[in-house]
Amino acid sequence: MRLAATALALSLAFAFVNAKARDASGLSPFVIVNDAVPAALGGLKGDPARGRQIALDRRRGNCLICHAIPETGEPFPGEIGPSLAGVAARFSEGQIRLRLVDQSRLNPKTVMPSYYRIASFTDVAPEYRGKPVLDTQEIEDLVAYLGTLGK
Amino acid sequence: MKDLVKSLALIPILALPPSSASADPLPSGTTFQSTAIRAQQADEGANPGMLWVEAGAKLWGRTEGSAGKSCAACHGPAEQSMKGVAFRYPAVEPTTGHLLNLETRINLCRTKNQKAAPLAYESGELLGLAAFAARQSLGLPIGVRIDGAAAPFYEQGKAFFYRRRGQLNLSCAQCHVDNAGRKLRADTISHGLGNGYPTYRLEWQTVGSLHRRFRACLFGVRAVQYDFGAPDYLDLELYLASRAEGIAIETPAIRP
Ligand code: HEC
Ligand code: HEC
Repeated sequence: MRLAATALALSLAFAFVNAKARDASGLSPFVIVNDAVPAALGGLKGDPARGRQIALDRRRGNCLICHAIPETGEPFPGEIGPSLAGVAARFSEGQIRLRLVDQSRLNPKTVMPSYYRIASFTDVAPEYRGKPVLDTQEIEDLVAYLGTLGK
Repeated sequence: MKDLVKSLALIPILALPPSSASADPLPSGTTFQSTAIRAQQADEGANPGMLWVEAGAKLWGRTEGSAGKSCAACHGPAEQSMKGVAFRYPAVEPTTGHLLNLETRINLCRTKNQKAAPLAYESGELLGLAAFAARQSLGLPIGVRIDGAAAPFYEQGKAFFYRRRGQLNLSCAQCHVDNAGRKLRADTISHGLGNGYPTYRLEWQTVGSLHRRFRACLFGVRAVQYDFGAPDYLDLELYLASRAEGIAIETPAIRP
């Protein structure tokens, strides 16, 4: 009986700590299955139009610095990463999500930033410490937008 | 027949370039610029950075500080005394063991020999003097010492260059080694060398130091920026100079 109470208290404490951590960082927990994060982060629904804005916004996604996205008509995209034309034909929604969340899980040497991670970075500028590059809603918006880039 | 195959197979191996020691220098950052920028840089009359060089030439002859001396009073005409100085900097100052670049060396002369206050790092005066001094080595190949007392600074600079940092988690090397020659948006990433500094940057509308460029790249990856003249930057500058071995000094270069 005492044991059960302790276990309950412990699990409550754990849930509390977890909730606190989530508040502070803005990160929702996620589960990786093979090379994908199948479930939407925080159960949120993405909006493709907003996602397109985020991809173009130099202060948020800034994806064009490395990737061509022909649909945007941007004449000077970067060429560090592959073109994102037809990306939804090559990857499932969950695969795209993991690549945005943390590409380094698939390729530890990748140059693509981990947009939804805060752990084990070094020398982060003070204003960005403890924060992911993009928040939960922004990731889901981007996933929704990339999902429209079929063939 | 077998012999022929064997000797053919050997050709590519023999044709391989000899290893690093005698490797060709890396291409200067100028090679990645538009023809318009390259032409403007090469034309003394059109290169806006030459205004800083001219200001530096005036300061060279101006008496400063309580010792009542100008730079020229000790060094004579810069055309002779400063020729071949810039290409061996950063270098270790033997009495203190500190690593100095051109800017911090000039400030040491001010405080120690001229008995004057040091110039602010990114001030027009210090940039002018550094650009003027470096200009005397125009076209001469960079060759810094990385052995002896310089070795620990070199090692630290190299470690800095290869360490991932910032919220975007990128090292200098991931851009300037792994992706040199590729477009990052509209910019072509160069090998990240300092042979044209101080450089006139169109975005800055002024001449800026190499350390200002470091700050810009660190800002880009959302990493901690250090003060101008900070030891980390001096170490990094030495490592970059070692990568620039054999490349001609082009100060003041022009960049977008
Ligand atoms: C600094 C460079 C860089 C930035 C910025 C960047 N990426 Fe990438 N991205 C890459 C590289 C390189 C790859 C190839 C995989 C690898 O090397 O790890 C990649 C792979 C991908 C993939 C997998 C596509 C494939 O064909 O493999 C997707 C999807 C993707 N990026 C989307 C994005 C989006 C969306 C953004 C902006 C929010 C973005 N990337 C920002 C460099 C970048
Ligand atoms: C995300 C990519 C990226 C990273 C990381 C990066 N740089 Fe740069 N760097 C650039 C771009 C783009 C330019 C402008 C084009 C050019 O001149 O190479 C540049 C310019 C430079 C230049 C000027 C070269 C010239 O000829 O004018 C130097 C020097 C330099 N970087 C050094 C560094 C150092 C040192 C670091 C690490 C502290 C670093 N960079 C990190 C992208 C990067």
